[in-house]
Amino acid sequence: MNAALRTALRPDLAIIATNVAPGSSLLDIGCGDGTLMAALRDEKGCDARGMELAPANVGACVARGLSVIQGDADKDLAFYPDKSVDYAILSQTLQTTLRPDMVLEELLRIGRKAFVSFPNFAHWRVRMSLLWNGRMPVTRLLPVPWYETPNIHHLTVNDFRALVKERGITVEGQWFLSGGTGCSAAAANFRAEHAVFLLSRD
Amino acid sequence: MSNAPILDESQVLELADPLPLDGGQSLPGVRIAYETHGTLNAAKDNAILICHALTGDHHVVSDHPRTGKPGWWVRMVGPGKPIDTDKFHVICANVIGSCMGSTGPASLAPDGQPWAMRFPVITIRDMVRGHVALLDALGIECLHAVVGGSMGGMQTLSLAANFPERTRAALVIASTARHSAQNIAFHEVGRQAIMADPEWREGAYYEHGKGPEKGLAVARMAAHITYLSEEGLTAKFGRQLQDREAKTFGFDADFQIESYLRYQGLSFTARFDANSYLYITRAMDYFDLAEEHGGRLAHAFAKSKARFCLVSFDTDWLYPTTESRNVVHALNAAGLPVSFVELSAPFGHDSFLLDVPALDRVVEGFLT
Repeated sequence: MNAALRTALRPDLAIIATNVAPGSSLLDIGCGDGTLMAALRDEKGCDARGMELAPANVGACVARGLSVIQGDADKDLAFYPDKSVDYAILSQTLQTTLRPDMVLEELLRIGRKAFVSFPNFAHWRVRMSLLWNGRMPVTRLLPVPWYETPNIHHLTVNDFRALVKERGITVEGQWFLSGGTGCSAAAANFRAEHAVFLLSRD
Repeated sequence: MSNAPILDESQVLELADPLPLDGGQSLPGVRIAYETHGTLNAAKDNAILICHALTGDHHVVSDHPRTGKPGWWVRMVGPGKPIDTDKFHVICANVIGSCMGSTGPASLAPDGQPWAMRFPVITIRDMVRGHVALLDALGIECLHAVVGGSMGGMQTLSLAANFPERTRAALVIASTARHSAQNIAFHEVGRQAIMADPEWREGAYYEHGKGPEKGLAVARMAAHITYLSEEGLTAKFGRQLQDREAKTFGFDADFQIESYLRYQGLSFTARFDANSYLYITRAMDYFDLAEEHGGRLAHAFAKSKARFCLVSFDTDWLYPTTESRNVVHALNAAGLPVSFVELSAPFGHDSFLLDVPALDRVVEGFLT
């Protein structure tokens, strides 16, 4: 993974891109305009497939030569065979799904491993905003007011840790971002704005 | 552009051998009319086969010889267009069973008389066999892509499934892997309208100088409704009256939509053979790609290595999005690279022929 690519990608995507094995197969769920997929295809020779809800984004992906299906993570993952890719990737999408727990199970059914990234609702700025204003936080990372945010299931790093533990899912790697830099796992629930987890189930 | 120069004249290939058919017979003396545009490169790997729809033909960009209207996909095919003839060698062949140059029921059988209803019932796969024979004759081993909308999409799927070594990509627009009961029902209405016309004469009307034009017009009227959307019809016609201030309390074409449909039906009879309409609609009704491959659609694509792209339209109720998704799920299960998008367009099934810029972008992007 070259430095140019790392800086070109959104920080959580750069972490995922860096940690995907070269030549692997992957399904990027909520792939947007295909930036991560294109990077992994071009830089790491990955066989990248995607799923995306917005037709304009699907069109943009197809125009980049990517294979992307218009679909909904809550409904359309059921049609993918078991263990059909090395990695199922869900970046910044878990909190927008109707049933994040079921989507997580689907990721680990379809992928041998899964990358999941999400914004941490327990970041101190979010806590302060709620504490002082008594209103749903609108911060740099959560800039949309409650009535129009796509984020319908806000979660914290500790919520996610509890869920994977309860479901017997193995955490193979975890990365935490705060402002563009990393932060420790111990302080993550308070200090991390974003979390990236690499998961598997044996 | 209708006045764009035509690079090649329409051509006709005469097959030396009879064409084997799914019905068990074989068809002798087959002629396949086709048109090519753009230059075939030395490696012969830049060819795109375009498959036409039910009442379409090989005049994809050249003027229609009977109506004089521009080719049916001039907005999509040509220099600098999404299917770019500066880059690709575009081939469009008339399907067997048609009346536009390829062998069909109006063609002469070996006994010198029109085939009429002696013409064997053909399938979508038989049409594709004709296309593959053409590719053989042109020396094209593997297409860059095969592209088709509606019945053309069925041929596209059939070619990719049954001749997997012949294409590297397949683009299927507003189509399906099998005809539904509703699809068959509408076709049956059309066929019964033709066969109920006394001028049909069990199909042997050619020597009478007049065919079942009323029946064919009704068939076209019924079918034409299925190509549009309620939203589109309401926007275009609503309940507006045709050249009059008030209803006539009679059965004249009071409403604009009636007048429009009558015109569509009538003008269709000037360009299409009723028996061809029977045979081609039958071929579509028989189409069930999964059935050909042991009942599982994913099995149909087991030997394919092609890239696929499927496009549906939100107002298309003839081949709705669920039909495309059905194919997408099968391709996924077969592990093939597939893209799918449902585009928003107001024109119903006909959207694939009309001005939908989002479609242009997907087509161009997929073929690059």
